[in-house]
Amino acid sequence: MALQAIAFYVMAAVTVIAGFCVVSARNPVHSVLWLILTFFSAAGLFVLMGAEFLAMLLVVVYVGAVAVLFLFVVMMLDVDFAALRQGFAQYMPLGLLIAVFLAAEMVLVASTVATKGAAAHNDTPMASGFGMDAPNAEAIGRVLYTDYVYFFQASGLVLLVAMIGAIVLTLRHKPGVRRQVVMDQVLRSPKTGMKIANPKPGEGIGE
Amino acid sequence: MNATTTDFWATPGGWVLLTVGQVLAVTIWVLLSLAFLLLADRKIWAGVQMRKGPNVVGPFGLLQSFADFIKFVLKEVVIPAGADKAVFLLAPLISFVLAFGAWAVIPLAPGWVVADINVGILYLFAISSLGVYGIIMGGWASNSKYPFLGSLRSAAQMVSYEVSIGFVIITVILLAGSMNLGTIVEKQAGGFWNWNVLGGGGGLPGLVGALVMIPMTVIFFISALAETNRPPFDLPEAESELVAGYQVEYSSTPYLLFMIGEYSNIVLMCAMITVLFFGGWHAPFPTDFTSAWSPTAASFFHFMWFFGKVIFFFFMFAMVKAIVPRYRYDQLMRLGWKVFLPASLVAVCVMAGWLVYGRGPIG
Amino acid sequence: MISADLAHAYPELILAIGALALLVAGAFAPKQTTLVGGGAVVLLLVAAFAAATQPLGVAFSGALVTDAAAAFSKVAIYLASAVAIPLGQPWFERRGVKTFEFPVLIVLAALGMGMMASSGDLISLYVGVELHSLALYVLAAMHRDNAKASEAGLKYFVLGALSSGLLLYGSSLIYGFAGSTLYSDIAVAAGQQANTGLLFGLIFVICGLAFKVSAAPFHMWTPDVYEGAPTPVVAFFAAAPKLAAMVLFARVLGDAFPAAAGQWQQVLVVIALASVAVGAFAGLVQSNLKRLWAYSSIANVGYAVLGLASGTSEGVQAMLMFMVLYMIDVTGFFACLTALSRQGRSMETIEDMAGLIKERPALALAMTVFALSALGLPPFSGFWAKFYVFKAALDAGLWGPAVIGLVGSVVAAFYYLRLIKAMWFDSSAGATDRPPVEAKTVAVGLALFAFPLVLVALTWLDPAVAKAAHAFGLA
Repeated sequence: MALQAIAFYVMAAVTVIAGFCVVSARNPVHSVLWLILTFFSAAGLFVLMGAEFLAMLLVVVYVGAVAVLFLFVVMMLDVDFAALRQGFAQYMPLGLLIAVFLAAEMVLVASTVATKGAAAHNDTPMASGFGMDAPNAEAIGRVLYTDYVYFFQASGLVLLVAMIGAIVLTLRHKPGVRRQVVMDQVLRSPKTGMKIANPKPGEGIGE
Repeated sequence: MNATTTDFWATPGGWVLLTVGQVLAVTIWVLLSLAFLLLADRKIWAGVQMRKGPNVVGPFGLLQSFADFIKFVLKEVVIPAGADKAVFLLAPLISFVLAFGAWAVIPLAPGWVVADINVGILYLFAISSLGVYGIIMGGWASNSKYPFLGSLRSAAQMVSYEVSIGFVIITVILLAGSMNLGTIVEKQAGGFWNWNVLGGGGGLPGLVGALVMIPMTVIFFISALAETNRPPFDLPEAESELVAGYQVEYSSTPYLLFMIGEYSNIVLMCAMITVLFFGGWHAPFPTDFTSAWSPTAASFFHFMWFFGKVIFFFFMFAMVKAIVPRYRYDQLMRLGWKVFLPASLVAVCVMAGWLVYGRGPIG
Repeated sequence: MISADLAHAYPELILAIGALALLVAGAFAPKQTTLVGGGAVVLLLVAAFAAATQPLGVAFSGALVTDAAAAFSKVAIYLASAVAIPLGQPWFERRGVKTFEFPVLIVLAALGMGMMASSGDLISLYVGVELHSLALYVLAAMHRDNAKASEAGLKYFVLGALSSGLLLYGSSLIYGFAGSTLYSDIAVAAGQQANTGLLFGLIFVICGLAFKVSAAPFHMWTPDVYEGAPTPVVAFFAAAPKLAAMVLFARVLGDAFPAAAGQWQQVLVVIALASVAVGAFAGLVQSNLKRLWAYSSIANVGYAVLGLASGTSEGVQAMLMFMVLYMIDVTGFFACLTALSRQGRSMETIEDMAGLIKERPALALAMTVFALSALGLPPFSGFWAKFYVFKAALDAGLWGPAVIGLVGSVVAAFYYLRLIKAMWFDSSAGATDRPPVEAKTVAVGLALFAFPLVLVALTWLDPAVAKAAHAFGLA
């Protein structure tokens, strides 16, 4: 359909241009904002491919959570923009070389797949819905919890380790800090919280 | 909306026209409702404090919002000298567009929905998680301390409460077995005892689900307050500490866009509560008698129920604003991470267990 | 179907569920670190037993391979990890880091290494690598008030992330060309036609794995990380992760790319010789023992890679044998370093060791045994390790590399002998502290293995390793 083609080209163009702006923007915060736009239009491309579930996950996870934290950190960094760009010209050739290298390999892979030079099973399981006539959230769920359950659980453990690591390396219980214990506050009764004293004049409570 | 499928509407041109028409219809409806809901918000607040509230423009002050609108639009746009101009102006636009974009998937009545997509509920969640960008960009681009602090608070707050909202939504998805909002509403047909808040149907034994779903509804309501920066969680704009948070430097139309976006989000949250927990456009009693009516009349009947429920929840939002004192920031974070998150996580497990080993899926 | 799969995953299940349980126990009773540590040791031992007795086969659509090689290396990995806990936890507690997370992280790292050893798919390769390396980064930086440890953790993390990137990029290329992530399918695809793209991917994967085993030219992180990280942690990650990564190496090369043996053999020979040379020559100028042993480990990994480079089943057998014996050596040596301190300060340089034989005869003897073994003197365990490797290399016709390897071994002898000379003949540098019991026990026990016991152990190690080596797809 013509509309789909238009949508594809618009979003693909936005993705590429925004991706370029990520590296070329002078201000790091702008870079992150461009990055967000890149994610977002990539999500749009997913929708066009019929992978709406993945598209939404991309938006929720990357745009809605990861990039926010990114933006947070970048905004609060005190970066000297001039110093940041100092090595730019120096590393440019190397960077370009790597970019060309990667691009060449991508073309190589794409052309192999396009000409069916690669091995037999390269029908993408996503497009065929894993042989199931189900909406793709359901289709993903079905393979995720059967064929891929091992990877799924193992990835969960990887995240758990990352979490433990963050806590071990950063959590400090400073001694001598009085923390708020909500339970204690809630359970406080007039009996424990109040003392009726009857001091004589000039004596005070005597504590 | 209720499209008559002729040949013209099937062509690309017709499809575009039809969609634009639907989008306009919903947008205008939301905007008009907002005008009066805004007034209602102020009136309720005033009523609780034994004031009269706006009562000068029009009868009972009914036209107050329109007067405010004209005032905002006609004022000069002030952009601070040190501001990042592009981002500064983009921020309110993002807030506004996102707040209205989310309405695309809300089923207003049988068949009345702009985009009936399979992952509607995820779409809503995604859009609401994007809402934070308008605020954080506005706060940063103002190049000023109070807005920046306000936007940081807001971002942290919204990200924190999104997590529990996400888990609550999962319990609803489990109950309905679908991520399509239309299907979720359909499954709650037949009376208020089938609403998700009471366990989503299944007869008397199905009501056991209410033990989980009623707390989940409460958690969702409170998280919705936090997500929309409403009192008692309006720390991002706590005027006693931050003047007005991320909006300090905004004036005129950009400010208006922020404000409309914010209120649209609030109404959207009310609509989400309605759709997810309170049967959407279903009446609280069996409505088989409408099958004899013309489809338009039946849809309108259901739409009124939907609208009524949304207004009820908006009333709740307004009352909370008037009654409850503001939270402290650490209390807010504690509530989100140490109470709601574990509670909703447990609820997901319990719900999944109940559905598999107890009730079994319906339909 | 799932339940049948689960039977193959008992060791993993035991470790995963056990780690979660320990974590919860630790969270509710943060003071009971010894209890959590003991629990972790028991878990690892039970998992090792489960690994030794589990049914052979594949599970989860080929993602998890439980063959003789997996069983053998898992037992070795779990046991080595179990040793690390009594070695490390008291060390940390003496320095005021009383955290129950240490044993939990070791268990999770062991789980990741087990997954690497039995991976049958590029995804399980990556997930396993990531699981164990994340745990290791944290362990390296765990002594967080120590600037050097933090530096070590950060360096390890940054370079490790880079190598994971290489690994992922290579894997995605392989997937792109082969159309599958399963080793068996890749082997089919690679067998059909010589494909440049696949080779590209393979090279990237080899680079990524070489990073993980710290083979030259990807060894730069090793000396800094070994020097900075806490000594008992080094004892852990100089041993088990290397074995896991080498087994993974053998799996990728042997199971997925047997058809491209001609190509990867050349790459491996280069890597092996570079490692041996770097390890031997750069080690000559080191005075810090942890740095020195880092270079020694680079050289030793070189020998293991040389075994693998033979491209034969015998080569894999040599590699496995080498790694297991080396693991015992290196753990023992770092256990000695853990045990030794002078007035509360760790003894880390060669000068510190002067006259140790009069001060702490048992530990000095143990260290002498480890040094001689690493040198490759018969009849110590290191000799047998190298013997297998050179035999495999010669049988495969790799005469040149074998000779160069021998020369490297002779050069490296200098620094081992320097250490021994300092300990036996130099005058003492002062009184040392009383060594902690657990570290001393581990050191002496392993030293006993490295010398007399190894001769007995070889009689059952040899057939076990041979059986394991036949599980790979190499002739």
